[in-house]
Amino acid sequence: MANAKGTADTVDDGDRRDFILVAAGAFAAVGLGPLVWPMLDQMNPDASALSLGSVEVELAPAEVGQAITIMWRGKPIFIRHRTEEEINAAKQVQISALPDRFARNENLPDDAPALDRNRTLEGHENWLVMIGICTHLGCIPKGQRVGDARGEFDGWFCPCHGSHYDTAGRIRKGPAPRNMEIPPYAFLADTKIKIG
Amino acid sequence: MKRCGARKFRRFAGLGGSVMLALLLLAGPLRAAEEDQVIRSSTWSFTGPFGVFDRAQLQRGFRVYKEVCAACHGMRFMHYRNLSEPGGPEFPEAAVKTVAASVEVEDGPNDQGEMFARPGRPSDAFVSPYHNDQEARVANNGALPPDLSLMAKARPHGVDYIHSMLTGYADAPADFKLAEGMSYNTAFPGHQIAMPQPLFEDSVAYDDGTPTTVDNYAKDVAAFLMWAAEPKLEIRNRVGFRVIVYLVIVAGLLYVAKRRVWSRISH
Amino acid sequence: MAHKSNYVPGTEFEKWLDQRLPAIRLMKEQFIDFPTPRNLNYWWTFGGILMFCLVVQIMTGVVLAMHYVSHATLAFDSIEHIMRDVNWGWLIRYTHAVGASMFFAAAYIHILRGLYYGSYKAPREILWILGVVIFMLMIATAFMGYSLPWGQMSFWAVTVITNLFSSFDSVIPGLGTRIVEWIWGGFSVGNPTLNRLYSLHYLLPFMIAGVVVLHIWALHVPGNNNPTGIDVKRDSEAVPFHPYYTIKDGFALAVFAIIFAVFVFYAPNYLGHPDNYIPADPLVTPPHIVPEWYFLPFYAILRAIPSKLLGVTAMFGSIFVLFVVPWLDASPVRSVRYRPLLKPFFWVFVATCFGLGYLGAMPPEGGYLVSARICTAYYFTFFLVILPVVGRIEAPTAMPGSITEDIFGKGARRRAVMDGAAPAGAPSAPEKR
Repeated sequence: MANAKGTADTVDDGDRRDFILVAAGAFAAVGLGPLVWPMLDQMNPDASALSLGSVEVELAPAEVGQAITIMWRGKPIFIRHRTEEEINAAKQVQISALPDRFARNENLPDDAPALDRNRTLEGHENWLVMIGICTHLGCIPKGQRVGDARGEFDGWFCPCHGSHYDTAGRIRKGPAPRNMEIPPYAFLADTKIKIG
Repeated sequence: MKRCGARKFRRFAGLGGSVMLALLLLAGPLRAAEEDQVIRSSTWSFTGPFGVFDRAQLQRGFRVYKEVCAACHGMRFMHYRNLSEPGGPEFPEAAVKTVAASVEVEDGPNDQGEMFARPGRPSDAFVSPYHNDQEARVANNGALPPDLSLMAKARPHGVDYIHSMLTGYADAPADFKLAEGMSYNTAFPGHQIAMPQPLFEDSVAYDDGTPTTVDNYAKDVAAFLMWAAEPKLEIRNRVGFRVIVYLVIVAGLLYVAKRRVWSRISH
Repeated sequence: MAHKSNYVPGTEFEKWLDQRLPAIRLMKEQFIDFPTPRNLNYWWTFGGILMFCLVVQIMTGVVLAMHYVSHATLAFDSIEHIMRDVNWGWLIRYTHAVGASMFFAAAYIHILRGLYYGSYKAPREILWILGVVIFMLMIATAFMGYSLPWGQMSFWAVTVITNLFSSFDSVIPGLGTRIVEWIWGGFSVGNPTLNRLYSLHYLLPFMIAGVVVLHIWALHVPGNNNPTGIDVKRDSEAVPFHPYYTIKDGFALAVFAIIFAVFVFYAPNYLGHPDNYIPADPLVTPPHIVPEWYFLPFYAILRAIPSKLLGVTAMFGSIFVLFVVPWLDASPVRSVRYRPLLKPFFWVFVATCFGLGYLGAMPPEGGYLVSARICTAYYFTFFLVILPVVGRIEAPTAMPGSITEDIFGKGARRRAVMDGAAPAGAPSAPEKR
C-alpha cells in the first residue's frame, strides 16, 4: 500500500484520536513532572542547612541590662536581658504613637498589636529576642554593645538612614516601616531558649 | 512486514544486548582484586534490586564502630543526625541527641579568640579521634588509619572484603616474612596489615540477643559501613523500581504507537 | 534544495514572526516535514539518543555546578555533600556519572554505524569530520570531568595523561616540560590544575552543542544516508520525519533510558573504579591506574608502543585517522552490506576495538602486551591499508537499483506502480560516486 504521491505522508485525522498515540503521549508527559522536580528541589535548603535550622542558646551569660548577639540561619539575633526601666518605658507607649501597630511576632497571629507583652513570650518579659536586621534596607542596628548609640528611644539605632527603635525593638522614628521581627522561639528552661 | 519488523527488532535487541554485555565485561576487569586475596561472599539484606538494610544490624554495627573502630578511625562525612534519618539505623532522635552530647566537639573561636570544647549536637560531624593525619600516624607507628565513611565503596568487593578482612586474621604461614609490628591477614592485599586484630569474641555487648561472635561483629559493622557509604541505597532502589516500571510501560506504548504509525506505509 | 514544506503561516502572529525570524518555518522544514528515507533501521536512532545524552549531561551538570566546589581541599567533600545532603543530589550525581558512559556507548555505536553504511562518503565528508570533532570534544570533556571529584583515579589519571606531553622533550629539549608546567599551572598536578579543568569542563559541552548544530546542518544538505547506501531517487522513497521517525526515535530512546536507569539505580558504581572513592593523595600511587572504560582502547594503544613519544603519537593518531576515512576508502559502494570482501575485515575491526578495550585494563606485560600490539597493528592497518586496497579490488554483491527496489523487490507490478510516481523536482542523485 505505497503512498505514491508527494513527500509528506500527513497524519490522518483518524490518527489524532488514535487511542494508542494519545495514551503513549499522555504517559510520557506524566513522567515530565517527576523528572523536573528533583532538578528544582535540589536548590532548596539541603539536609545540612536544615539541621542548622534551629539553635539553642544559653541565656545565663547575659546579666540584667546586657545583650548577646548570636547567628541563626545566617541572620543576627539580638537578645537583651531588659532592665525594669526598659520594660516600663516600653509598656507606657501608646499604640497610636507607633508607626507600626503590629507585633511582628512569629509566635503570635499576624494581627497581634504591638504591645510590649506581644514582643516577648509570656512569663519572660525580661528577655527580648529579635532578628537584628533593620526593616528599612537591611543594615544591622547599633545598640547591642556597651557604648553603642541607642537612639532617642534608648533601644537601637540604625546608622545607615537614622531609624530609631525603642526598648521593645519597635520603630519609632526614621524610614524603617516595621518593628524588628521576633523569630519563632521557645523556652526550654528558664535560661535556655531554642530558636527556630 | 510483521516478520520483517520482528526480525529486525531481534537483531537490534541482540546487538544491543551484546553491547551491554561488552560494557559489563569491560568494566569487570577494572575492579578485580589481586588473585590471592581470600574474599568470601556473604548474603546481605541490602543487595539486589529490592535490598533494604536490617535496622537492628545497622544499630549493632554502629555500636561496634563506636566502641572499637572509632578509637582510631574517623568518619568525617557522617553527621550524628544521619543516625536518626530514614533509610539507616533509624535511632530515635532523643538517643541521637544523647550520643552526640556524649562527645566533645571543638568549636570557636569565642570572643576571647580561643577554641573551646562543647558537647556535640546532631548537626555535628562524627568526631575524629585525631586532629590530623600526622597525629594519626604518630599514634599508630606511622600507619594512617583510613577514614571509614566510604570504605564499603573504596575497595573492590566492598562489604565482602571488609567482612573477610575483619575475620581474616590468622597465623602467618611458615615461609611468609612478616615485618615487625604487622599482622597476617588472608584478605588484605599483600597479606600484611598494620592494624592488629580489632574484633574479639564478646568484646562488644549486644542487647538484642545476637551472638557476640567475631563473625557477627564483622558482618554488622560491614553492613553499617555500607549504609555509611550509601545512605541513599533504600530510596535509590525504591525510586529505581518505579522509574523502570514506568519506562517499560512507556517503551511498550511507544512501540505499539510506532507500529501503528508505520503500518500505514510500506517499508 | 527543492522546497520541502508547504508551511503557510496560520495566525497573524505567525506571519509577522515568519517575516522577521522564520524559526517556525525552520522547525517545520527541518524537523517535521524533513524527507527521511523510509528504510532506516534502528542503528539510525542513535543520533537522537546522543542529543538526549547531551541535554541530560548539560542539565545535570549545571545543577551539580550549583553545589560543587572546585578547590583541591574541598572538591571531594563537596561531592559527598551532594551525595548525602543535597535534595536528590545522589540521583543527579549518579545520572551525570553514568550518563557519561551512556554518551560514549551511544557515540561508539553511532560511529560504527557510519563506518558500516558508508555515511562518511561523498557528499557527507564534512558531516563525518564534524562528527569526529564532536567525538574529540567529548573525550576532552569526559577526561576533565573525571578529574573533578579529585579522587585517587581523578588525580593520577590527570598526572599520567598530562605527563605524556613531556615526551616533547625528545623533540625539543625543555619544550615538553614547559608545556606540562603550563597545563598544570605549577610543578605538579594541583589546585590550579583542578580549577582550570573545571572551567573548561563547563565550557566544552556548549562548544559541542554548537558543533552539533553544524553537524545537523551538514546532514540536512544531502539528507540521511540509508542501509542500502543508495541515494533517494524519488520523493516516495522518503517519509516526513514527523511522525515516522519522531515516534521511532522516541521508542528507541525509551529503551535506551531503561538501560540508563538500570545502571543509575541498581549499579551506579559498576562502570567506575573503587579507587576514586579515596581522596587524592600525591604521595600514594594506585597499583593499577586505569581510565574509564570508554578510554581503554586508546590507553591500550598508548601502552602498546614502547617509545613514549611514539605511543602518544599512536594514541592521538588513532583518533586523527578518522578524519581522513572519507579519502582512505576507495570503494564506489557505500554500504558494507554489498561489500563481501570488506565485511569480515569490518567485523574483525569491531572485535579489535573490544579487544583493545579489554587489554587497556590489563597490565601491559606478557601476553597482554603482545595482543595489544597485534590489535593496534590491525587497527591502523584497517584504516591505512585495508580500506584503500579492498575498495579498489572488491567486486560488490548485487545491489538493488533503488531504495524502492530494496523494499519491494523486483516485482514488476509494484515497479509499475512506483514508476508512475516520480514528481517534478525529486532529487536524482546518482547511486555511485
